[in-house]
Amino acid sequence: MSAVLDRLQRFLPQLVLAPTTVAILVFVYGFIFWTGWISLTRSKLLPRYDLAGFQQYITLFQNDRWWVACKNLVIFGSLFIFFCTVIGLLLAILLDQRIRLEGAIRAVYLYPMALSFIVTGTAWKWMLNPSLGLERLVQQWGFENFTFDWLVNSEMAIYTIVIAGVWQSSGFVMALFLAGLRGIDDSIIHAAQVDGAGLPRIYRRIIIPSLRPVFFSAIILLSHVAIKSFDLVVALTSGGPGYSSDLPATFMYAFSFNRNRLGFGAASAMMMFFGVMAIIVPYLYSELRSKRHG
Amino acid sequence: MKARVLALIFCLTLSPAMLIAGEVEVLHWWTSGGEAKSVAVLKQLLEEEGHTWKDFAVAGGGGDTAMTVLRSRAVSGNPPTAAQVKGPQIQQWGDEGVLANLDEVAAAGSWDDLLPKVVADVMKYDGSYVAVPVNVHRVNWMWVNPEVFRQAGAMIPTTWEEFTVAAEKIKEAGFIPVAFGGQDWQEATVFEIVVLGVGGPDFYEQALVKADPAALNSPTMIKCLETFKAIKPYTDANAPGRDWNLATAMVIQGKAAMQFMGDWAKGEFTAAGKRPGVDYVAVPAPQTSGAFLFNVDSFIMFDVKDEDAQEAQQAMARLIMGEQFQQVFNVNKGSIPCRLGMVRGAFDDPALRSMDEFSSAAASGNLLPSMAHEMAVFPAVRGAIFDVVTNFYNSDVSATKAAEQLAQEVQAAAY
Repeated sequence: MSAVLDRLQRFLPQLVLAPTTVAILVFVYGFIFWTGWISLTRSKLLPRYDLAGFQQYITLFQNDRWWVACKNLVIFGSLFIFFCTVIGLLLAILLDQRIRLEGAIRAVYLYPMALSFIVTGTAWKWMLNPSLGLERLVQQWGFENFTFDWLVNSEMAIYTIVIAGVWQSSGFVMALFLAGLRGIDDSIIHAAQVDGAGLPRIYRRIIIPSLRPVFFSAIILLSHVAIKSFDLVVALTSGGPGYSSDLPATFMYAFSFNRNRLGFGAASAMMMFFGVMAIIVPYLYSELRSKRHG
Repeated sequence: MKARVLALIFCLTLSPAMLIAGEVEVLHWWTSGGEAKSVAVLKQLLEEEGHTWKDFAVAGGGGDTAMTVLRSRAVSGNPPTAAQVKGPQIQQWGDEGVLANLDEVAAAGSWDDLLPKVVADVMKYDGSYVAVPVNVHRVNWMWVNPEVFRQAGAMIPTTWEEFTVAAEKIKEAGFIPVAFGGQDWQEATVFEIVVLGVGGPDFYEQALVKADPAALNSPTMIKCLETFKAIKPYTDANAPGRDWNLATAMVIQGKAAMQFMGDWAKGEFTAAGKRPGVDYVAVPAPQTSGAFLFNVDSFIMFDVKDEDAQEAQQAMARLIMGEQFQQVFNVNKGSIPCRLGMVRGAFDDPALRSMDEFSSAAASGNLLPSMAHEMAVFPAVRGAIFDVVTNFYNSDVSATKAAEQLAQEVQAAAY
């Protein structure tokens, strides 16, 4: 009896983990493989499985709209991650000065995180609409020449998505940094103060460098938000004017599901996947390796 | 096959109460007010014959969401009995070999005589009926607020030259000449109206129905594109992203003078309590008076195993084409019947005029499927045309370059 129990005990972790492992194998890796396969076929309305080479990828690279979507992802991704990190860090440092009502203020900055991107997108759509929102308000204040028409300007529409995204996510980054700041040992800071370092210098040389792991998590979290951004674009600009604010995710959806080009959509999905891999893998590798050595 | 013929004879000869009752599961996206009411009519007719109706309504996205659901049901081998699918997509479903044959009902109802040939062709796969048409919308309308025209001292244009003259006057008088919504399908709607007007029906067919690269990249197309882009200065700066019904509201409220939109816009005017011919006027878009761009909704029937369900399916097809349903449905929805020679009593004036033009255009060969509304080309090709048109309209690409891109993208999309 006890032998059976012992054996069970030994296999229990594997047994408990087995269903999740199988689920991940099938639903993540299995479907990555499936998408890869579909991208090599001529699937249109429904999936077909006879391989037909790389034609979908060739067509994809010749497609103007795809390059617009990629360029937009680079603009949106880098600005979004940069501004979220900078604003989040700044807010966290300011909040960390042992101010009154910290709890309430923290909640105010965190609240946008509780909204879905659809709500954020719709609210910003109204605010940025020239005839409803900001532009009209400022003009009514008497500044007749004020214009802020980014939402309806094909050159600038992608930046409105950055604004809304940063508004939503920087509070969350602030919370991450705040937790990091609270985790720093006070004695290091005291020691630095004893040595005569001023506050800016303490931040620049001691506190911010010791937040490195937080930067790591923040950037990983933000970059996956950036790459999978879909609902924000759909709600805010629906890719327009024209397709000037399209992102690869909206591109993939439009071609696979609205235009019955499943193979072509799968090819774009695979390109997104390779893009993520190309950025994340070296970054993960360097971060994890340096930690092991340090 | 023989069993089905027998069953059909059964259907046609016995009284409805004695029929075997089957269930139809119907996927559709008619969920808003007037549309939902119209679908309820079909449900009621089927239930009167003893069948049961299982509603499978998927709202949102102008049918995109419904199509995604339909695809997953079909892939898993469990399609609904009938689904709202239109245009060349019917051919794509036919290619998958999952559709039921409706030839017997069609022959019994002599659909070939009732439907214009262009419309019947859309409903057929490989020469057999696989879909039933429900209604017809005309796309090439221009909705006009005559009061704005009067105040600006402008004439309602019938050609694109007159349009420019009128639009200039309206702009000077401080109104917005054209109410417009910058969404890709609205841009494409106006674009195809321009192509039909400037290029004429034959060119339209070559370019936007047959998607002939030689027609797409031709001097005529460049002229069409230029005329299309020339509308832009007469729209307001806030047009991008605006919904079509908000643009219609601008005409209703007298802020804008005209809108190019299909006859579904009539519902907005009616809902606002406006009278046709007095508060608003609907005229064919410039240079398209004899032509009729149609947008036909239809149901495809899937090949189901259950025999009772097959009965119900055939009954549904018969009822949809029946005079009673065609009348009640289309009066509710503001469209016109797809079958010719209907009793005219129940329809209002604009609808009657549409019906007359539908049959005369069918006779003269100027009845053409709408590209923007998924009637003319496969979704992939339509999408490619949309991309080029919307990019041309919203950026400073030249018309010559856009025509080149049209030919190129359309060929790439055909893969």
